[in-house]
Amino acid sequence: MKQMQEEHFDPMSHLVPISLYVTIWAALMVFTGITVFAATVELGVFNIVVALLIATIKGTLVVLFFMHLRYSTKLTMVTVVAAIFFLIILFSLSMTDYLTRAWSTSLR
Amino acid sequence: MATSDIQVAEHALQHHFADMEQQQETSTFGMWMFLVTEIMFFGGLFCAYLVYRASYYQAFVEGSQKMNIWLGATNTAVLICSSLSMALGVRAAQMGKPKLMAVLLLITIVLGCGFLGIKAVEYHEHWVNHEFPGPNFHFETGDPAHPATDPVHTEIYFSLYWAMTGLHALHMVIGVGLVTWIIIAGLGGAYSRAYFTPVENVGLYWHFVDLVWIYLFPLLYLISKKHGG
Repeated sequence: MKQMQEEHFDPMSHLVPISLYVTIWAALMVFTGITVFAATVELGVFNIVVALLIATIKGTLVVLFFMHLRYSTKLTMVTVVAAIFFLIILFSLSMTDYLTRAWSTSLR
Repeated sequence: MATSDIQVAEHALQHHFADMEQQQETSTFGMWMFLVTEIMFFGGLFCAYLVYRASYYQAFVEGSQKMNIWLGATNTAVLICSSLSMALGVRAAQMGKPKLMAVLLLITIVLGCGFLGIKAVEYHEHWVNHEFPGPNFHFETGDPAHPATDPVHTEIYFSLYWAMTGLHALHMVIGVGLVTWIIIAGLGGAYSRAYFTPVENVGLYWHFVDLVWIYLFPLLYLISKKHGG
C-alpha cells in the first residue's frame, strides 16, 4: 500500500519545461514595454483601460504559469476565482456609491 | 537517491495526511487562502485609490508626473526577472537539485534587493522634494506656466503612493527573508523530489508580490502621458 502511494505521487509530472518559463518571462517583458509606450499615446479615457488590460494579461500569465494555477487542483482554481469575484464586488459596489453621489445633488 | 527521497518523504509526511500528494495539495491550498486575504488586503488600498482617483483626477495626474517612469519600468523588469529565477528555482527543487535551487534563489534575492535599492532612490527623491504627506508636504509642478491646481488632493495621491508601494516593499523585505530561509534549509538537505512544498509556497508568495507590482506600476506611474522624464 505504502509502495503504491509512493509510485502514485510523482512530482515530476508537474514539471514545467524551462522554455515555457522563458517564454512567459519574455511575454511579460514585452508587455511591460508596450504598457510604457501605450501611456505616451493620448487615448483619453482608454489609456487606463489599455493599462489595466495589459496589467491583467500580465497578471494572468503570472498566475497561470509561474504560480502553477494551470496545473493545480480544481479547489485551488475555485479559490482564485472567488478572490477575483470578491475583489470585483469590493470595487463595483464602492464605485456605484461614489460615482452616483453627484446625481442626487444635480436632481435637487 | 530514490531511497533517500522516500526517507525524507516519510519524515516530512505528517500523520494526519494520507499521503504526500494530499499533504502538498492541502498545503498549497492553504497558501492560496492566505494569498486571498492578501489580495483583499491590497484590494482595500486599490479601492481607495480608485475612489480618490475618480474624484480628484487632475490632482492625481499632477502627482503621477513626479514619478520617475524609467526607474519604475526598470523595477518592473527587475521583478519580472526575479520571478523567472524564482520559478526556475522551484523547478530545480522539484527535480531534487538543492545546489541549483540555491543559486537560482540567490539570484532572486539579488534582484529583490536591487528592486528595493531602486525604490529607496525614488523614495529619497520624493522625500527631499517634500512629496511626503504630513506637515512638511509641499507640492510644485515645476512648471511656472502650469501651477499645481489642487495640491491638497495631490497629497492624497502621495499618501496612497507611499502606503501602497511601502506595503509592497515590506512584502519584498519579508520575501527576501523567506527565500533566505529556503536556501539555508535547502542546502541543509530539507527538500527532495518528494518533498519541496515550502519552496513551492514561498514561490507563490514571491510571484504574488510581483503580481501586485504589475498593477501598481501602471496605476501610480502611468496616469497621464506627460512624464517629463
